Amino acid sequence: MKPSPLDRVLLLLTAILASYQVAIGIEGVGTFSILAYTIGFGILLIAILLILILGLEVLELPAVVIVSTLLPVSLAVGLVGQYLPTWRVPSLIGAGIGLLAVALTRRPRAPAWAAMVVVALVHGVSGLVLFSLPIVLVLSGYTKYAFLLVSLGSALIGLLGLLLTFLRRGRPKTDLFRYLPTLFFLLTLCFTLGFAFR
Amino acid sequence: MNTATPLDLRAKIRLYWLLTKPLQSGLLLATGLAGYMSARCPVFNLDTLLGLAGSLFLAIAGSTILNMWWDRDIDACMRRTQSRPTSAGLLDPREVLRVGLIVSALGIGWAVGIDARYGLLVFAGLFFDVVVYSIWLKRRTCWSIVWGGVSGAMPILAGRALGVGAVDWIGITLALGVLFWIPTHTLTFSMKFAADYQAAGVPTFPSTYGLGVTRAAIALSSVLAALAMILAGYGIGMAWGFLRLLGVLSAGLLLLAFAITFRPSEHINFSLFKYASLYMLAAMILVVMDVLS
Repeated sequence: MKPSPLDRVLLLLTAILASYQVAIGIEGVGTFSILAYTIGFGILLIAILLILILGLEVLELPAVVIVSTLLPVSLAVGLVGQYLPTWRVPSLIGAGIGLLAVALTRRPRAPAWAAMVVVALVHGVSGLVLFSLPIVLVLSGYTKYAFLLVSLGSALIGLLGLLLTFLRRGRPKTDLFRYLPTLFFLLTLCFTLGFAFR
Repeated sequence: MNTATPLDLRAKIRLYWLLTKPLQSGLLLATGLAGYMSARCPVFNLDTLLGLAGSLFLAIAGSTILNMWWDRDIDACMRRTQSRPTSAGLLDPREVLRVGLIVSALGIGWAVGIDARYGLLVFAGLFFDVVVYSIWLKRRTCWSIVWGGVSGAMPILAGRALGVGAVDWIGITLALGVLFWIPTHTLTFSMKFAADYQAAGVPTFPSTYGLGVTRAAIALSSVLAALAMILAGYGIGMAWGFLRLLGVLSAGLLLLAFAITFRPSEHINFSLFKYASLYMLAAMILVVMDVLS
């Protein structure tokens, strides 16, 4: 299914915002976090470009599970690296183990329940970090209120994950595809503004 | 009063415009302009910038028209190209040859007038494209694309040479980036239209070595193109942010190149073809933005 002209504009704006984040928006946050954010926003950028080229069906590819896991995980690791430097190594080890577990449980012989549990666990933990850490930072006065937009963005990533799960469970594609470009745009806008005015 | 002549002229201009392959010429022109700007010279020197754009466009358009003239017989055999003005017989071949030669001469002459070294490089691009690639090798060997690639790499090298006043390692690396990018673009194209090329008797990588080797060649050339572009970006002194973005876009190119090698499909093939164009355009925009920022 090819995106409508309006959806194409939204996706293009999303690609521009993600490019801005990679090139400019994450400057000055330290090498570790820059690397993690680059992976996160880079994945978002490439996914949007592929949707623009191939259409929304690209989201049905099996690799999307791993890639869509990498997005919240890398952003969460970046956030931890930036604001909780003592947790940098543990978060990196946790992310590595989580991603490895997701990849291993996607193998054909792995039981379906294991794949589901692992994905839910990794998404859940990274989503929780990504959602709650900005709130804690704002409440403790470390960052401005605008940083709450990062929490909102992470909630939208959660919603995106939910829609992708519905997609794999056979819900009507056209219904779900209608919301995806708007969702991609809004979550990227939230992250961009949240980082810009932190 | 005869009103048919201006209409005919408009129609003819439209046909010649199609012969210049505007998108492809535009992309090559963009590489030339980016090459020039990469020198971080005073890019708002309007005379030089306009001269570069004008001369390069005429030379590229001229060589494309000459290619169309030479290849009109094989274009007529291929479904994809049989409606081109030359292969469909909408233009007189002798006139196309004359126009191609005049436009090329104007482009080369203008380029030499701006700078002899720059003019020589622009001429080399045209010579490799028309004489070596089209006339000599295209119908003999599938390796002709290498020479097509060399000609495609000349605009960026020429632009850079005009900016810095020499052929330096950065210019050569930028040119290598384009040279290695071209197989990614053309080989995916030759896979998509393999039957067309076979019908016209044009040897291609897929028809000579098979799809497996072609896919491996695409993957290898993508890796080399990405490495060359990143190295050139580093050499130019590109800001880390832009270099990161170039790295991300290169990762996308590599991802698709490996996907086509290990999970080949028509979908992946098409997406790599499209992404490769987008990648090169984005890389050139990054070079320009870095200079302007």
